[in-house]
Amino acid sequence: MADPQRPQKQGLLEKLFTSDAWRSVFRHGYADTPRNRVLQVSANVWLHLHPSKVRRHGVRYRHTWCAGGLTFLLYLVTVVTGVILMFYYRPTQEYAYLDIKDLDFQVPFGMLMRNMHRWAAHGMVIFIWLHMFRVFMTGSYKPPREFNWVVGVNLLVLTLLLSFTGYLLPWDQLSIWAVTVGTNMARATPLLGHEGPFGPELGVTPRYDVRALLLGGTMVGPPALMRFYVLHCIFIPIAASVLMILHFWRIRKDGGISGPL
Amino acid sequence: MAETALKADPPNQEQLKVDAGQRRAAADLKLPDKIHCWPYLVRAEFIAGCIMTIGLLVWSLVVDAPLEEPANPSKTPNPSKAPWYFLGLQEMLVYFDPWIAGVVLPGLIIAGLMVIPYVDINPNGNGYYTFRERPFAVSTFLFGFLVLWVGFIVLGVFFRGPGWNLFWPWEYWDPHKVVPMTNRDLPYLLGARGEAATFLIGMAAVGGWFAVGPLVWVWKRKKPFMQKLGLTRYTIVSFLYLCMLGTVVKIVLRLVFGVKYVWVWPNVFNI
Ligand code: HEM
Repeated sequence: MADPQRPQKQGLLEKLFTSDAWRSVFRHGYADTPRNRVLQVSANVWLHLHPSKVRRHGVRYRHTWCAGGLTFLLYLVTVVTGVILMFYYRPTQEYAYLDIKDLDFQVPFGMLMRNMHRWAAHGMVIFIWLHMFRVFMTGSYKPPREFNWVVGVNLLVLTLLLSFTGYLLPWDQLSIWAVTVGTNMARATPLLGHEGPFGPELGVTPRYDVRALLLGGTMVGPPALMRFYVLHCIFIPIAASVLMILHFWRIRKDGGISGPL
Repeated sequence: MAETALKADPPNQEQLKVDAGQRRAAADLKLPDKIHCWPYLVRAEFIAGCIMTIGLLVWSLVVDAPLEEPANPSKTPNPSKAPWYFLGLQEMLVYFDPWIAGVVLPGLIIAGLMVIPYVDINPNGNGYYTFRERPFAVSTFLFGFLVLWVGFIVLGVFFRGPGWNLFWPWEYWDPHKVVPMTNRDLPYLLGARGEAATFLIGMAAVGGWFAVGPLVWVWKRKKPFMQKLGLTRYTIVSFLYLCMLGTVVKIVLRLVFGVKYVWVWPNVFNI
């Protein structure tokens, strides 16, 4: 721990940090004392996701690989860049592709925003896998963290669905055929798909089965684009955010990062 | 220590600070080995976050997100690939009918992952890396995740070309590559020709495979470990385990022995 007795320079920064204005925002003191270290975390709405103290191994990269935190960071990047993309993108057959072209060639920093959105989304899929892998390898799903693992699996499903619904939005050849391949599998859902076991027997037809529910029709057309857009920009992000809040809350309530007992 | 702290804190906090310090010291005795989040954890996160942000920014400046021709429902590209993270499932379409590859297998994967904490009753290895204390759990997960999940994605991304045929990454993707379709159903290969015999042999093969679970229970149920595991957990674990291994068996049967289906129930399903 740093020595709080080390002489302090009364420089400009020092004046700033001890000024009334600064202290109106950050109520704790500036000096490096154990108490201020605690307040730095617990008096800060963002940082107080953390406990004020953690077990020593919890901060080691080789224990967590920071994979959960980086998954969250990448999620935040997609949220910010995604909102920017939404200013320019219209989810209709006429405009979707042209708006993406516009983003790529006309909008200032449009290409960069699109690239960051896309690569952060792919990165999120990779890092959520790394995170799951790490959590399994450290046996961190064991009591008392069973339920948080289940929350995590739901987050994994939502992350994949987020990526998948976003894949359709550029409305290019890559999009519609990837989504066609993906959603074709829903035709074969037992009982609920028109090509699935016992589907036709139950009166399920191409127009009225789970796939048609997802696509708003029998093929990947404009209604599917609108559905995927709403799922991608509103429904799934809200669901994922809610689960993330639960996930982080539970980490604290389950006693923080797991470790040898 | 009070000197510098006082300069920044209102003096009336002194007593509070002492109290808090004593409480913390008492807590520290019970839970040693704890360190402050600020700066230690926050710093670690900040560094990792900076590296990630810079890496992502540089990558995004250098590599553009793909954009192909406008969507054209009447022009099917060959091959049509799902997004890369689903290529493992698309690969399963080679070996299974869509209702298994696209619905049952993903459902089992999700459900299987979710039940892990409830069926793994081994208390060891909670919070640290170990193979020796939980060899079954770790090797099962490594196989399922690295080989079946990641492995098949790699296969789908780099080795599947037009017609969903296998190509080496450096090989030319010949859209006219012809692969003879010589796959036969398992009962046929075993010599069965009649409809009833074909059906029964197929059913016996699939049923026999899944009967391994109950049989092992009957055989080993007196073991202390099995007693502790209990019938419910055992049933779930053995069923999921047989499904996972069964997937591998079917893939090997297809690739090595040219088996198309094991059990055909006309107009209902094929496995
Ligand atoms: C959007 C996705 C996710 C986010 C943002 C996220 C975030 C986090 C963070 C920040 C932690 C703290 C420790 C660390 O960084 O490793 C954590 C812990 C944990 N996560 Fe996740 N996670 C996600 C998905 C998952 C998934 C898919 C699983 C499992 C299937 C999971 C299971 C857990 C468990 C059990 C812990 C406690 C680990 C411990 O105490 O060592 N999470 N998560």
